[in-house]
Amino acid sequence: MNFSYTFLVPLIPFAVFIFLGFFYNRIKENISGWIGVAGLTSVAVLSYYTAIQYFYHTPKLDGKFQTFVYSVNWMNFTDTLKVDMGVLIDPISVMMLVVVSTISLMVHIYSMGYMHGDRGFTKFYAFLSLFTFSMMGLVLATNLFQIYIFWELVGVSSFLLIGYYYEKPSAVAAAKKAFIVTRFADFGFLVGILLVGYYLGSFDFQYLNGPEGIAAAQKFGSIFMGFSVIGLALVLMFMGGAGKSAMFPLHIWLPDAMEGPTPVSALIHAATMVVAGVYLVARMFPMFNFVDHGSALHIVAWVGAISTLIAAIIALTQFDIKRVLAFSTMSQIGYMMLALGVSGYDGHEGVGYMASMWHLFTHAMFKGLLFLGAGSVIHAVHSNLMQDMGGLHKYMKITSITFLIAALSIAGFPGFSGFFSKDEILIATFHHNRPIFYITLFVAGLTAFYMFRLYFSIFWNKKTHYHHTPHESPLTMTIPLVFLAIMSIVPGYFPFTEWVTPDKVGFHGHIDPMMASIATTVGVLGIGLAYFFYFKPTDYPAKISAAFGTFYVWTKNKFYIDELYLFVTRNIIFKYISGSFAWFDKKVVDGTMNLIGNSTVVGSEAIKGVQSGKVQDYAFAFVGGVIILVIVVIYML
Amino acid sequence: MDILTLLVVVPVLTVIALLFTKDLKQSRFITMIGSIVQLGMAINLLFAYFRERAVNASIMLFTRDLTWFESLNIHYSIGVDGISVALIILTSVVVLAGVFISWKIDDLPKEFFVTLVILSAGVYGVFISVDLFTLFVFYEIAVIPMYLLIGIWGSGPREYAAMKLTLMLMGASALLLIGILGIYFNSNADGGALTFNILEIGKVNIPIEAQKLFFPFTFIGFAVIGAFFPFHTWSPDGHASAPTAVSMLHAGVLMKLGGYGVFRVAMFLLPEGAKHWSNFFLVLAVIGVVYGAFAAIKQTDLKYINAYSSVSHLGMVLVALLMMNKTAWNGAILQSLSHGFMTALFFALIGMIYGRTHTRDATKMGGLLKTLPFISMIYVIAGLASLGLPGMSGFVAEMNIFAGAFQHPDLFHRIISILTVSAIVVTAVYILRVVGMMLMGPITDSHFEHLPKDTWYERAGIYLLMIPIVGIGMLPLWLSNMIMSSLDPFIQRLL
Repeated sequence: MNFSYTFLVPLIPFAVFIFLGFFYNRIKENISGWIGVAGLTSVAVLSYYTAIQYFYHTPKLDGKFQTFVYSVNWMNFTDTLKVDMGVLIDPISVMMLVVVSTISLMVHIYSMGYMHGDRGFTKFYAFLSLFTFSMMGLVLATNLFQIYIFWELVGVSSFLLIGYYYEKPSAVAAAKKAFIVTRFADFGFLVGILLVGYYLGSFDFQYLNGPEGIAAAQKFGSIFMGFSVIGLALVLMFMGGAGKSAMFPLHIWLPDAMEGPTPVSALIHAATMVVAGVYLVARMFPMFNFVDHGSALHIVAWVGAISTLIAAIIALTQFDIKRVLAFSTMSQIGYMMLALGVSGYDGHEGVGYMASMWHLFTHAMFKGLLFLGAGSVIHAVHSNLMQDMGGLHKYMKITSITFLIAALSIAGFPGFSGFFSKDEILIATFHHNRPIFYITLFVAGLTAFYMFRLYFSIFWNKKTHYHHTPHESPLTMTIPLVFLAIMSIVPGYFPFTEWVTPDKVGFHGHIDPMMASIATTVGVLGIGLAYFFYFKPTDYPAKISAAFGTFYVWTKNKFYIDELYLFVTRNIIFKYISGSFAWFDKKVVDGTMNLIGNSTVVGSEAIKGVQSGKVQDYAFAFVGGVIILVIVVIYML
Repeated sequence: MDILTLLVVVPVLTVIALLFTKDLKQSRFITMIGSIVQLGMAINLLFAYFRERAVNASIMLFTRDLTWFESLNIHYSIGVDGISVALIILTSVVVLAGVFISWKIDDLPKEFFVTLVILSAGVYGVFISVDLFTLFVFYEIAVIPMYLLIGIWGSGPREYAAMKLTLMLMGASALLLIGILGIYFNSNADGGALTFNILEIGKVNIPIEAQKLFFPFTFIGFAVIGAFFPFHTWSPDGHASAPTAVSMLHAGVLMKLGGYGVFRVAMFLLPEGAKHWSNFFLVLAVIGVVYGAFAAIKQTDLKYINAYSSVSHLGMVLVALLMMNKTAWNGAILQSLSHGFMTALFFALIGMIYGRTHTRDATKMGGLLKTLPFISMIYVIAGLASLGLPGMSGFVAEMNIFAGAFQHPDLFHRIISILTVSAIVVTAVYILRVVGMMLMGPITDSHFEHLPKDTWYERAGIYLLMIPIVGIGMLPLWLSNMIMSSLDPFIQRLL
């Protein structure tokens, strides 16, 4: 099979971006929308075609899925350390192609309705295309350096889109925060990459994840707390991944990123870009697994577990529906991370890896749907707050039903896609890390609860009186909802266990009845509790939150982590470090230079009397000089 | 006449033609024609270089040698390698862009353009010189007009700034002269005549003691103009007071003479001295990188932000030079080029914004994206280039520097390298701070609601500078190969 045509997958959106970017003020709204949709449709067609070709029509080699690499030389650091640009086709990149192109296409269509009439409509589509280009380049990357390049580019697309409503100070602040926090994480990522490049002499995934690369990487001895230098490099790279994927404690940018237009939140901050960190770990999985006996993977697992728990707890208390979804995203990405973290490599041992990728796929679909549904609601009631909603089921049937499907899916209700992928995660943690298993199970219950709190509060609960009667969104917005609703069910029946495993061999998956029934019980319990609390207006929520007292306040304020960061940056870095540097520069460094400058003036003032013009003075100076010279010469001899 | 000498002759002819002009229109037209010819010749030189390089493996191409002062063995000796060709292109682009940006200069236009062109002639001269003495003379020709340009056409405390700049650079020149004479008087280690010719000296080994003694003189002498910590303070004040085109030329081109001189003279002729002193200067250079970036966070004047940003970016050039391997050196040259285009673009944009809002204080502006969409968009792009976004030249340069720096496995170099890399975070902070404050957000001042649109000459200047930034960023291979192939003689000196 020849997959070299996949070069087009990133290049088509890039061409669209260039075109729309150059003519941003000369194209009519619906034309630029259709150009964007047409570009993305062709990308989606290519991606689906690639997936079908790859999984069904490409023969396996030695029972493994083959990897295809097509690349061109882009830059050379040394004669051996080269950076290529290209495409790498293997199970996870093909899977990601489908995820990114599906969500992106849906968002492109949806935005035609949602962004209708916006002043910067063309600019918006240009940025969407830029993002899609970058994300495709990221998932298809053949080497660490290419992934870093596109990693930065998705970061900047995210910055531009969060700050899309640039006249709103909160949006500007959120955009800056997102960029700087992830940039800080990328600092670690870059150092990790450079270390790998230096010690292993290559950035190529094929080499690094192959037997030679692993063997070379295992040669280094422990230098710090059981980590070899390569192990440390992996931890640093994971830092980059944690930043992008909003893992604790680098998650603070994600809730604020909801300042962007809702379709952007669906595309970038729910389905695709934020899972880049998971994808990175999966991409480097053989390294993570074999270097230092998986110590780095252990960190991945625990960071994921802590993040999933914290995020789920915070999600219980938020009232802004997009923020609930943002914390839910963080929590679900924590799932993916911890599943990767507990995974092994061979055969059925690799169930965690498989579950993680599967959950990435299903999550992208149902979370994309949840965000687009939330967008539809916000579009109708012009508010983000739960308090302003209620009883919307009557007005927006399609939105309500599709939202319900997504909520059932994320809650892990049997038959929906989230049920299958979550079940595999539970199995993986159950067999490999019992404490994390309990966290995962607990969070599954919390997820079901907060998701249905959200659903009931928006669509049922009190009969809010609206100034304008809410109405269902236009077709451009509901078609993506319906499509994604289907995609929130169907992927549960894909044979993922045979497609996406670390050793690329695949195994026969089956549902563990015991685990499935535990998970279902927990999920239904959460849903039931939410029904009891929120289906009709009750005073239970107020009572419960009062009972939790301080803990509730802390949770509602996201444990004050943002305030901590703000304190450190504003009061310590800006004030003391930057301020003192600026002061030092002005007073000490520059002061010294001025002092030297002034001292020449003062000095010449002082000695100008020497040029008296009197012959006697000069004669005296001459004789004095001779005497000194003579003394010096005698002394020297 | 050979194509290199023409690079100096055309500016001289431009100056002569300028003397006969009467008003702004004529003088800017003459200068523009001269600069376009110059750019054409630079591009022609690039292609000629590629053709010649394919058949000629010597260090310098297109060499000419004329005796100047026989008694001291001073020659007018010229030649170029890949590094100087790249820098000549940079100079010609920035000069032409500078002319476009000065399109409306109303105060003594003829004299302004004359001084500007003389300055550029000096810069071209430095880049083609193979003789230390010729190089020094051209260097001074480039530096001295700066005093006039800031002192006469500047703003704010211009006399102070001009004086400070000139005195510090002159002080550095004094050190440099000592260094050069030191090299000259030790240039006949194997017997034979004393010489200023860089290639001749490159063949002998200057006694190690002399190398150790004269390296700091030569290094500091050049590095001061590259905003080397702690001798960088002339740069913020100088930039702030200078008129736009002068800031562009100064930050874009003149400051590159520092890194170029350090590389071409100090490191090539005094390799043992470089090895001996590298750790000491590395520490200072890396302080400059981090310190410049942090100091930039605190500034509110756009020109100051850029000046400190230059301290940081050019600190990286010196770090890279002192890392002493080909990857880092390649990065250093690329960073010089990239910073040249980028910072010239920045100063041009600052000039345009200042010309409209009459303030350079970022805190006093807001929401310019709405009123000045094009200029603001380009400012964002320039900012992204400055913080090392892939697809722009800065990224390519910085990555080469980092990859080169990481080739030293010892702890000292590791710490230096990681500190250098950490600048990418701080850079993001100060760039986005300005972008968020000045360009985004609501419009803070009702005066800014209706501002004059960008003009064709402004756009011409912007596009001229944007093309190389994006070009290098997207397709770095050809340029990096051209530079890399010129680095071998330097690396062999170190072995």
